[in-house]
Amino acid sequence: MTYRSHADLGGRNVPGRVVPESEGEPFHAPWERQALGLTLAMGATGVWNIDISRRARETLPDYGSLSYYEIWIKALQKLLVEHALVDVDELSAGRLQRPARPLPRVLRAAAVPAVLSAGSPTKRAPRTAARFVTGERVRTLAGEVDHHTRLPGYARGKTGRIERVHGVHVFADTHAHGLGEQPQWLYTVTFTARELWGEDAPHELTVSIDAWEPYLEPSS
Amino acid sequence: MDLRVRSLQALLTEKGYIDPAALDLLIETYETRIGPRNGARVVARAWTDPVFRKWLLEDATAAIASLGYSGRQGENMIAVENTEARHNMVVCTLCSCYPWPVLGLPPTWYKSAPYRARAVRDPRGVLAEFGVTLPQSTEIRVWDSTAEVRYLVIPRRPAGTENWNEEQLASLVTRDSMIGTGLARIPGEPA
Repeated sequence: MTYRSHADLGGRNVPGRVVPESEGEPFHAPWERQALGLTLAMGATGVWNIDISRRARETLPDYGSLSYYEIWIKALQKLLVEHALVDVDELSAGRLQRPARPLPRVLRAAAVPAVLSAGSPTKRAPRTAARFVTGERVRTLAGEVDHHTRLPGYARGKTGRIERVHGVHVFADTHAHGLGEQPQWLYTVTFTARELWGEDAPHELTVSIDAWEPYLEPSS
Repeated sequence: MDLRVRSLQALLTEKGYIDPAALDLLIETYETRIGPRNGARVVARAWTDPVFRKWLLEDATAAIASLGYSGRQGENMIAVENTEARHNMVVCTLCSCYPWPVLGLPPTWYKSAPYRARAVRDPRGVLAEFGVTLPQSTEIRVWDSTAEVRYLVIPRRPAGTENWNEEQLASLVTRDSMIGTGLARIPGEPA
């Protein structure tokens, strides 16, 4: 395995409490505002996609010790260097040392409302029939994979039921590696807590994930 | 971090990769225009208008767009309704997926390791940290947002609000109640 995500936290033993927070304070330091703005503005240039961004974040070796906006900034710097938009010496100097590279586009203020309200729809026209129907029992792939994936560790090798069919969507696993959209059917799959966590788990708890078709096999 | 981010912004501006005015507008939008009051309006409409409620449950993306909320991180919306028998709660164990057009940017705890780790395993323990206790008979249904579908919880309408209008009702709908870590406020309860 060469690919390692540090972000797959579901079910892990993590110290600390969940600390509630009042509404209306999305940022806790002035630089967090800039971290959001820079990340969104560079994302809008079209040099990379959201799955490549997630890949850059979850593979940061110090992911677990960083705050969320620190993760965003470190991943942004990594992406800028990987895509040769800036060089490492420019990052440390904070000054341009070499000319800019041409970008597909630059987000201008006038375009912001339209870009935000359009979003980046991931739904695509189906080219095949869905393999599974609502209510069907399925089993998720077991074992780890050597690339970005959105099948959480706690839900691997588990049997669940198809609860919803969401149509065909851009496949994060390939999209994150520059291998194209390769759209796949997407389903909500529901598991009992006992299937996920064992016999001591509460019987009145069910958990679902959203799973692309390649994550699933029929279960008899 | 402050210095690091400022110098990054200066570099990207010098390169011509970003327009500082666009940056200001992005930040201002999420600080002042796109936040949980949007979602509260959606919920209040669902509480008062049965036709809208049905539409929201069948096609949340379109129903929510009809109130003017759409786009980034809300392209595929699903609304899930709390009842006496079932309580819904939303998490993203893999990162911080969250329905931005209706709830704005996620709170720190939503992105934190303890919430992401425990919401799928011990949701009652998490709810207790928010001061919420549900009857043992209530089914807890946790939605892990692992793809590009975004979930909005419709909390239960509090008793004693029969004659309330939409605007009054919206004031009872908290952000946490739309994630499923809280309940709607009851009339008279402080904000």
